[in-house]
Amino acid sequence: MSTDAVIEARGLRRSFGDVHALQGVDLVAPAGTVLGVLGPNGAGKTTAVRILTTLLPPDGGSATVAGLDVVKDAQALRSKIGLAGQYAAVDEYLTGRENLEMVGRLYHLSPSESKARAKELLAEFSLTDAGNRVAGTYSGGMRRRLDLAAALVVRPPVLFLDEPTTGLDPRSRNALWQTIEERVADGTTVLLTTQYLEEADRLADRIAVIDHGQVIAEGTSDELKSKVGGERLDLVLEDPEQAQAAIEALAPLSDGEPALDGTSLSTPLRGGVGGVVAAVRRLDAAGVGVADIAVRRPTLDDAFLTLTGRPAEDAADDAEEPA
Amino acid sequence: MSSLRWTLSDTLVLAMRQLRRIPRQPDLLIGYTIQPVMFVLLFRYVFGGAIATPGFTNYANFLMPGIIVQSIAFGGFVTALAIADDMNKGLIDRFRSLPMSRIAVLSGRAFADIALNALQLVVLIGIGLVVGFGFDSDVPRVALGIVLLLGLGFAFSWVFCLIGLASGSAETSNAIGFTLIFPLTFASGAFVPPSTMPDGLRQFAEANPFTTLVDATRHLFLGAPANSDVWMSAVWIVAITVVASGLALRRYRSLAG
Repeated sequence: MSTDAVIEARGLRRSFGDVHALQGVDLVAPAGTVLGVLGPNGAGKTTAVRILTTLLPPDGGSATVAGLDVVKDAQALRSKIGLAGQYAAVDEYLTGRENLEMVGRLYHLSPSESKARAKELLAEFSLTDAGNRVAGTYSGGMRRRLDLAAALVVRPPVLFLDEPTTGLDPRSRNALWQTIEERVADGTTVLLTTQYLEEADRLADRIAVIDHGQVIAEGTSDELKSKVGGERLDLVLEDPEQAQAAIEALAPLSDGEPALDGTSLSTPLRGGVGGVVAAVRRLDAAGVGVADIAVRRPTLDDAFLTLTGRPAEDAADDAEEPA
Repeated sequence: MSSLRWTLSDTLVLAMRQLRRIPRQPDLLIGYTIQPVMFVLLFRYVFGGAIATPGFTNYANFLMPGIIVQSIAFGGFVTALAIADDMNKGLIDRFRSLPMSRIAVLSGRAFADIALNALQLVVLIGIGLVVGFGFDSDVPRVALGIVLLLGLGFAFSWVFCLIGLASGSAETSNAIGFTLIFPLTFASGAFVPPSTMPDGLRQFAEANPFTTLVDATRHLFLGAPANSDVWMSAVWIVAITVVASGLALRRYRSLAG
């Protein structure tokens, strides 16, 4: 066991009737890092977060957060964590300010501390102008910001974010990402669940890919991508008749199977940028007309496809989280 | 110890939350006030002429204690709906993830409901006076009657907290609450004397705690014969509160979904 792990789960198991939401999940996040838990709906992400935030006892396995057991030390642990869920859990009949003050009081801050903290957070999340309006009038992005602000009322050392940007427009999503990055820079440890590969790629130091209640891969974004192989060269041919000639011309530069779809040709490529130059020369020499050419790094989408055998988007339609 | 202090503080914070919400939910206020007034008018003027109530100077006097008890019991619906709504919106998850007292979400709600029920009581007594109801009692007895009615509301807040937690959706809360409260309030002495009911139903109505509560209110507001109804009402209120709050707290602690 690593000594500086702030979040550490070993063999977590949880079933709901016949649905085995978690089947022995290990998760580790060192202090001041972001652990991304990536997986489709129904993979068990939310169940894992609910166990780690003391909302749900596990059927088996154990977990500590900030050195406290999630079952035995639940009450003590609750003052060290902040939770922002997928639902933007704010009271829509209270104003933004009242929501934050209420959460402060329930973290057992004094009334004056709660007030001061609410004021600070409203300013920090650009909600000062809306602070005296009831949250029911807020846009989706504003609600998420208020929800995240509520999770940060006591500056908790550990933050759990369950799909924090699901359903947000790109601008709001970027703003939220920035806020999360600032927290991490201040030393907060974050566990973030997401269906978005881009989000995990941008925020997470390490990523655990979870599917059907099991961690099927774990590592940095780069490590996961490298499991899929190296860079790929994507071509659009001017004339589909020349596909065979193109494949033959590129064969010495490639160490894998090319994929052909009409005029689109994609092939694994060795040698980085040098490889691209060589490829262009060889195609030119073979007289192959090229409409478009690009070299691309494998994305987490590719990684997900390789690991689960299906694209992330398809998998997302699989099932509803049972809890 | 200090944990009791935090339980009280958390309860107060959550009760304040509910009280703040009341004036911001006009639809809820309409449900709380207009609906009982419609019931009063319906029974007083549509059905009332056909209902004989020996021993009472008019039907309004017989009716008002019954309709007040029924309205307070039904008013708890709002509590079940709000708790189910809090669960669906993730607020209950947030509260359960905070280092706050486990019972405060429910006790805060139950205490805030006392204010809503007091408001409802004022509206109902007001409309009662307009349609011919008149107190025939003294101030201490009327006050005791009001305390008893608010106690009933408090007890039923816990029942509806439990229903809201157990059902988890507004629709299911409605169905459970309606199936439970509707027959209990109508198969009682709230609107007609049980002596007019057929065998079986009559015995049920006479044993029904709602009949006990209604008769106790009639005694305290109108000087009608009480027998043991006031004491029995208090016993019912305490018993319902203890059982429902115990079950609701257990349910809240073990919420899985």
